[in-house]
Amino acid sequence: MKLALVGISHHSAAVELRERVAVDLDGASGLARSLAEGCETVVLSTCNRTELYLASSTDLDLDARAEHGLLELAGPDSEQLAPVIYRLADESAALHLFRVAAGLDSMVPGEGEILGQVRDAFEAGATGPLLDRLFRMALHAGRRARVETSIGESPASVPSAAAALAQQVFEDLAGRRVVLVGAGRMSELTARNLRSRGAEVTAVANRTRAHGEELAARLGGRAVSLDDVAQELASADVVVASTSAPGFVLRSDELGATLRARRGRPVLFVDLAVPRDVDPSLATFDGCFVYDVDDLEAVVATSLAGRRSEAVRAERIVASEADRFREWQLSLAVVPAITSLRARAEEIRTAELARVDARLQRLPEGERHVVEAVTAQIVNKLLHLPTVRMKEAAVTPDGVVYADVVRHLFGLGEDDET
Amino acid sequence: MAELLVWPVLIAYGEATVAYAGELRGMQRGGRLGIWGVRIGWIAQTLLLVDQALTADGFPWGTWAGALNLLSWLVVSAYLIWGCRPRYRLLGLAVMPVALALLFLAWLGGGTGIGDADQAGAVLGVHVALVLAGFAAFTVAAAMAGLYLWEDRRLKRRDANVLRLRVPSLDALDRLASRVVLVGLGLLTAGIAVGLARLGSDDVDLTVAVTVLIWGVYAAALLLRLQGLVQGRRLAWLYVLGFGLVGVVLPLTHFAS
Repeated sequence: MKLALVGISHHSAAVELRERVAVDLDGASGLARSLAEGCETVVLSTCNRTELYLASSTDLDLDARAEHGLLELAGPDSEQLAPVIYRLADESAALHLFRVAAGLDSMVPGEGEILGQVRDAFEAGATGPLLDRLFRMALHAGRRARVETSIGESPASVPSAAAALAQQVFEDLAGRRVVLVGAGRMSELTARNLRSRGAEVTAVANRTRAHGEELAARLGGRAVSLDDVAQELASADVVVASTSAPGFVLRSDELGATLRARRGRPVLFVDLAVPRDVDPSLATFDGCFVYDVDDLEAVVATSLAGRRSEAVRAERIVASEADRFREWQLSLAVVPAITSLRARAEEIRTAELARVDARLQRLPEGERHVVEAVTAQIVNKLLHLPTVRMKEAAVTPDGVVYADVVRHLFGLGEDDET
Repeated sequence: MAELLVWPVLIAYGEATVAYAGELRGMQRGGRLGIWGVRIGWIAQTLLLVDQALTADGFPWGTWAGALNLLSWLVVSAYLIWGCRPRYRLLGLAVMPVALALLFLAWLGGGTGIGDADQAGAVLGVHVALVLAGFAAFTVAAAMAGLYLWEDRRLKRRDANVLRLRVPSLDALDRLASRVVLVGLGLLTAGIAVGLARLGSDDVDLTVAVTVLIWGVYAAALLLRLQGLVQGRRLAWLYVLGFGLVGVVLPLTHFAS
């Protein structure tokens, strides 16, 4: 069986080109079915790539069909896509998919969403024996890479770093109270990240009340004035600050009494503003942790370096899984010979039993069953070792020779020829 | 047999200590090697204790050296409850050197062989076992408190590596340490009660006074936490202080009396 992959990705194509061939899940499903005549098809479309996987056991020109499908998606001026399209076949295509599923082909190594996207594409595709096996093994490789390495554990952006730090302080963020000071874009992204991990936004303090109310309505908290921050701080667990004020908005002389009253109960200040909003001397209070944007970027940079070093381990896992797929695919070459051999043996067994059927009829029914079972068992035992050996040999260059020898020795297929 | 078993235990605990230190320095398999060292050492030490119990005629851990042997086993047993989880492995860096030192002292004092068993009876055995189990819990709680203080310092210093090492969160350490102290306090209370039952008024000495002081420190710490008066770093320091009394003051008073 042949396997072909045609696609474009962030490695070679800018977003202007990628967006022209991007499709949602319904579109991917429709395209897969329209291309699936005589072959198996899966269309994987994410922000970073659109890839068409085709497999067939016939002589179909899979590359041409996949490329045609991809260019059709691009619509007019599709020739702009031609230089950035890549084509991979068989083992290379399989290894590529395994790397994609493990997040090793992503912009941020180990990013978490891709595994789900591969699963969705697989479920929406028109699969048969080869793509079914390929995608199942790719999903398994992706899961192994995440479980056996820490490639996907560390944060890859400033908002996710802030949320991960909050978890390092508070463990479970469910029910933790977040106060936003300033209604900027970064502060909203950080709040959303915290909320996705269970925290709740209780208050949004902003100089312009209307903006604060708007953000509070979106995030589920209530709008308060900047003067009320000290009061909110008494019960807050995380404070995210991102105003455009020229100086510190949260100063230790104003908040000192509130922080002392917390008696060491931890609070995390995330300062996303430049110039900074949070007086760094707040960190001298017991249980206060202050992180500015430089600190968070340093955490992200270190964590990305960690992901890259984990990626080396993940690559080894992916390579071993790709080898397993290759072995399975090669074993397919001897499957027809094995099937013919077993069919021939079964044919001989049933013919011989039929020849002595009259004598068998004289036996009690129980004994007839015993004869039936014993003969079937003899055939199975005789063929077990040759079957195993042929499958083992399939992954070596001699695999096809073994299959030919078996066909020749047992005269398999000769009846069809005559 | 018993004398021979102590060596694999010392080697395994030593290996675990070195492996945990390696993990702290970024050695990838350090934590895994460490936990296997702990497991193997713990199994060997369990066999050692079983052998002592079967061979001795009476309570085999009544001497100070024998008690240290039992205490180190209890400390490692308590650690193993959490230590198998990857995030809690680094706790071993605080626990295993203590367990190793306790066992080494026990070996020096002849507490790992078959010596004279204490004939004072089952009451003494129950008293020693309960008190030592309480102290083992305080040791593990102190290790958690130490890890809390270390993690708190890293977070305060805004260490860029703060998320790379797998360490429990401050909240988890705070909660677990307090739970372990609660269990330890219960065991110590039971141990003191059993001890008091066989003490005469003339038997109250400096060791008993310090033991009661330790009980008071931990009980006060828990009470203050419950009322929200002391939390976080200060509570961690209180647990470490309590362990200081267990690890330093109690042995001194024991030998003085």
